[in-house]
Amino acid sequence: MSASLAEAGESPGRRALRRFLRHRLAMFGLVVVSLFVLAALLAPWIAPYDPLETSWSRLRQAPSWAHPFGTDENGRDVLSRVLFGARASLMAGVVAVLGAVVIGVPVGLVAGLAKGWVDAVISRISDAMLSIPFLILAIALAAFLGPALENAMIAIAISISPVFVRLARGMALEATGTDWAEAARALGNPPWRIAVLHVLPNILPPLLVQGTLAIAEAIIAEASLSFLGLGQQPPAPSWGSMLNSAQRFIEAAPWLAIFPGLAIFVVVLAFNLLGDGLRDALDPRGSR
Amino acid sequence: MAAFLLRRLGQVIPTLLILSVLVFALQQLMPGDPALILAGEERGDPEVLAQIRSELLLDRPLVEQYLHWLWRVLHGDFGFSWRIRLPVAELILSKLPVTFQLASMSFVIGVALGVPLGVLSAVWKDRPADWLINGVALFGISMPNFWLGIMMILLFSVQLGWLPPSGYVPLWEDPVQSLATTIMPAFVLGTGVASILMRHTRAAMLSALAQDYVRTARAKGLAERRVVFRHALRNALIPVVTLGTVEFGKLLAGAVLTEQIFTIPGFGKLVVDAVFNRDYPVVQGVVLATALIFVTLSLIADLLYMAINPRMRQT
Repeated sequence: MSASLAEAGESPGRRALRRFLRHRLAMFGLVVVSLFVLAALLAPWIAPYDPLETSWSRLRQAPSWAHPFGTDENGRDVLSRVLFGARASLMAGVVAVLGAVVIGVPVGLVAGLAKGWVDAVISRISDAMLSIPFLILAIALAAFLGPALENAMIAIAISISPVFVRLARGMALEATGTDWAEAARALGNPPWRIAVLHVLPNILPPLLVQGTLAIAEAIIAEASLSFLGLGQQPPAPSWGSMLNSAQRFIEAAPWLAIFPGLAIFVVVLAFNLLGDGLRDALDPRGSR
Repeated sequence: MAAFLLRRLGQVIPTLLILSVLVFALQQLMPGDPALILAGEERGDPEVLAQIRSELLLDRPLVEQYLHWLWRVLHGDFGFSWRIRLPVAELILSKLPVTFQLASMSFVIGVALGVPLGVLSAVWKDRPADWLINGVALFGISMPNFWLGIMMILLFSVQLGWLPPSGYVPLWEDPVQSLATTIMPAFVLGTGVASILMRHTRAAMLSALAQDYVRTARAKGLAERRVVFRHALRNALIPVVTLGTVEFGKLLAGAVLTEQIFTIPGFGKLVVDAVFNRDYPVVQGVVLATALIFVTLSLIADLLYMAINPRMRQT
């Protein structure tokens, strides 16, 4: 009982933060994500070797003390490449989702607030985009734009954006139906003011959750595009392209396939844990 | 019900029209001049280029190009593959049985794992079994399909030698060999579906179990098994059926990398090969075809939802 009394005096933000900090799995996800971000930022200093340096004297060596993750078909150190590869993956994940939010949220807000034919047009466009399977759309866009990491990020951002259009539109519709939005309108506030002051703050919690989960999806998408040669271009390291070349040496050098894939899996898992934890903490209806 | 159907169709048709504009617009993103790519060796010859341009209507205004393209698409003509000089529609249809087999197998695996685990996890909420099942589902969602595929090849083909690492044998030629070549990719795709279905089944079961009619059933003294299966599960399955249909649609299209890794000659392989060969009409055709399948399946999902949910029949 005392806990609920203490909670009663708390602001919703503080309560969410407290719940989030107590969420063990979410904390674990946060720690792992932070470690990956650090690895990506500090790669030039912590990587034991130059990720691009080839050596004919150490081709496809199994993991050892000198090369904990082994060496690849060009004698490059796999650990160093995995560390540098974190840069492409995390950047692609975060930038693509930010792009999708920047495109999707304003469009969705406009649709939800304007209603009528504007809403109908925007909704049909996002329906049309959502009817194309996510990865096929991203592959097609990346293929038509041409192979490059930047194009892969654009392709992923566009492919994910309808999710945020829907989210923002739904929140805007929900918010404009409430009494306080009615009151704000009655006081003579213009629609943009209602959007910025009343809808946006309400949209932030679900946006944070959806955004975190979308980063996980975007990282897999970037790895998939790089795997197909549509993302980061060689010799620059990326987890997806490392897996692609590893496939040819699956019998002789399985470590080439194990470590980059493990890196993708762990970082995606961490973002998913973080997203699930944020949802649990921010959902005012309480525990799952 | 008729009103609902009409309203739903009223949404689908504009969606499809916009989809066609988007797919047509894809080719405008293409770097370079398609006539130059098509001309190949003869790209230096302005007459050849002019001929290709007028054949493909590239010299006409965009709107006219689009209307022509749409007209042909409506007649089932998705254009020609630049690479193998075959109609794109024919190529897509020839890949459909392969992808359909793989998708069906994956779907069976996904439902057989996902739904029972979701029910168990809801019934055992907050107990160790629930945490375990949730953990496995989270692993399934976080695992990149293509990496799981490579790891399975490493274990079952390279290390144990039980299954062929790649290739595909049609079902009607040699059923046993066909299953052997598709079981690994089907499992890879199936685990993804299972994870999603499990999470949704669990959520639907939890909300069903919290309903008044479940309390009533329990208060009547019904056996817990009967309460769970006859009362809660039947209602919980309604949203799961809808989701399952949509997931099946995703499977038909989403096997891109998995097919690539196991060299299964389906949709995914077709689009990836087309991307590598810069065979843009095929890429365009696959995007359009997968979207059409998806729209059709979500329509079917809505109809199923109405068919199994009595509350929807009144409207």
